[in-house]
Amino acid sequence: MYVRHLSVSDFRSWSAADVTFEPGASALVGSNGQGKTNLVEALGYLATLASHRVPTDAPLVRSGAERAVVRAAVVADSRELRVEVEITPGRANRAKLNGAGVPRARDILGALRVVLFAPEDLAIVRGDPSERRRFLDELVVARSPRLAGVRADYERVLKQRAALLKSAGAARRSGGGSDLRTLDVWDGHLAEHGAQLLAARLAAVQALRPHAVAAYAQVAPASVELTLRYSSALTAALPEIAESVPDVGVLEAALLSEVARVRAAELERGVNLVGPHRDDLDLGLGELAVRGYASHGEGWSVALALRLGSYELLRADYPRGAEPVLVLDDVFAELDVNRREQLALVASKAEQALITAAVASDVPEQLQGARYDVHEGAVRRVR
Amino acid sequence: MYEGAVQDLIDELGRLPGVGPKSAQRIAFHLLAAESVDVERLASTLVRVKNEVRFCTICGNVAEADQCRICTDTRRDPSVICVVEEPKDVVAVERTREFRGRYHVLGGAISPIDGVGPDDLRIRELLTRLRDGVVTELILATDPNLEGEATATYLARMINPMGLTVTRLASGLPVGGDLEYADEVTLGRAFSGRRRVD
Repeated sequence: MYVRHLSVSDFRSWSAADVTFEPGASALVGSNGQGKTNLVEALGYLATLASHRVPTDAPLVRSGAERAVVRAAVVADSRELRVEVEITPGRANRAKLNGAGVPRARDILGALRVVLFAPEDLAIVRGDPSERRRFLDELVVARSPRLAGVRADYERVLKQRAALLKSAGAARRSGGGSDLRTLDVWDGHLAEHGAQLLAARLAAVQALRPHAVAAYAQVAPASVELTLRYSSALTAALPEIAESVPDVGVLEAALLSEVARVRAAELERGVNLVGPHRDDLDLGLGELAVRGYASHGEGWSVALALRLGSYELLRADYPRGAEPVLVLDDVFAELDVNRREQLALVASKAEQALITAAVASDVPEQLQGARYDVHEGAVRRVR
Repeated sequence: MYEGAVQDLIDELGRLPGVGPKSAQRIAFHLLAAESVDVERLASTLVRVKNEVRFCTICGNVAEADQCRICTDTRRDPSVICVVEEPKDVVAVERTREFRGRYHVLGGAISPIDGVGPDDLRIRELLTRLRDGVVTELILATDPNLEGEATATYLARMINPMGLTVTRLASGLPVGGDLEYADEVTLGRAFSGRRRVD
């Protein structure tokens, strides 16, 4: 698929912008602070309903404005679809497909598919486990939008259960009888929704593994092999999850028994100690963990391999004509010559690749397609 | 900002659920322009609702007397109880004219975030009603969301050992709808709850 047209209003620094794109590689070039990244961020938002730069929506709305609107015309298999989302911080987003409102904003997920690689992605490798969970969940939802609902329900269960653990724990400490009767019910909900999310994540890791390993070998041919391993509290009880995806029912039963095992500790601390929200994706180079041992350059290579691997995976997953748009935000300046070439090779094969760069010379030779100057609040096509 | 009573009225109306500042202003000026009789009737109804309406001692539905009309209606089947969250759910089920049993209004759903546990709902009253052996079936008609499901599961686990038939309302496709417009969760549930066609 490709984005034929993007327009934003009151998004970040833009009061209004209108850009028409073509398939193939396009570069948005402009000095720092001109709003290049804001434009591709808007595209990423349409695809995932989240920004790759900030966890909340407030910074996305131009200061002084009440709401931001992002619209795009997406062509998939020569059929055009118009997608629109209205972002109002503190309220639910409103979304439209072909001009008609949809009941929930997440119903537009899948209309536009984007794989975005940005400097922030170094956090997947170096940051907290939550960054890697977010990376995995994004991939899970991109593969199957239904999981967005499962994830939302799971998070709601966690909140309800945490509230119950806190009040029950407090009641127990103050000597009163604690109310544990409803905890069993929430345990059941946690296991039910958690097992679905867990199964989807395990499947995503196993599908991603060959693509990411191949991408890493391409980007860093001299290095040892990249390893990916999903790490969960269930690994002790179900060692097979390292290599295969057990039935959802099996995972649900395992989660239930694990939750029962740690109940005393949960009541003591008032937090949910077991479930996919505590899991991690262990990344390694040979025997060593990437986090802590890898150099800055190796870290970058791993982040790049994860994104390129995701791109290849989604391309293989989706039907022809629905392959995702590849967005490369300000990344060429960070890479050495070899990695640049490898990335350019993949990007040049994409149906559409959108690249942002501060200076035109950062964009590799193979990707010299259309070029847009982004300067003083205007986007002008120069080639 | 308006002066005195008008602004007070707008503020009061604005506190009602579903009424924003614009609607509040519109209602306030509508009342200002209306006949005194009409406004007085509204005012006295508001006062009456607070003073006279009570909750049925049996089912917890809104009632004008000690017991509501459904609980005192001898034509209704006393062996089936439909458990709902709010009085407005009773009205919704009544509109179907399909259900001829009696109701039990819980007054909400289990939600630890809002500090609502089983003791804050009318569950003890429900258990008392079940004890006399007249009731044989319990229909759980709580909302099909996370909290409603949790409440239903909790009740089912507690009441099943008592030997009653406990059922849950089916969830699935809306009548007159199109399959293609159903969301995945609803469609998924409709699949798992499918029936044999004879």
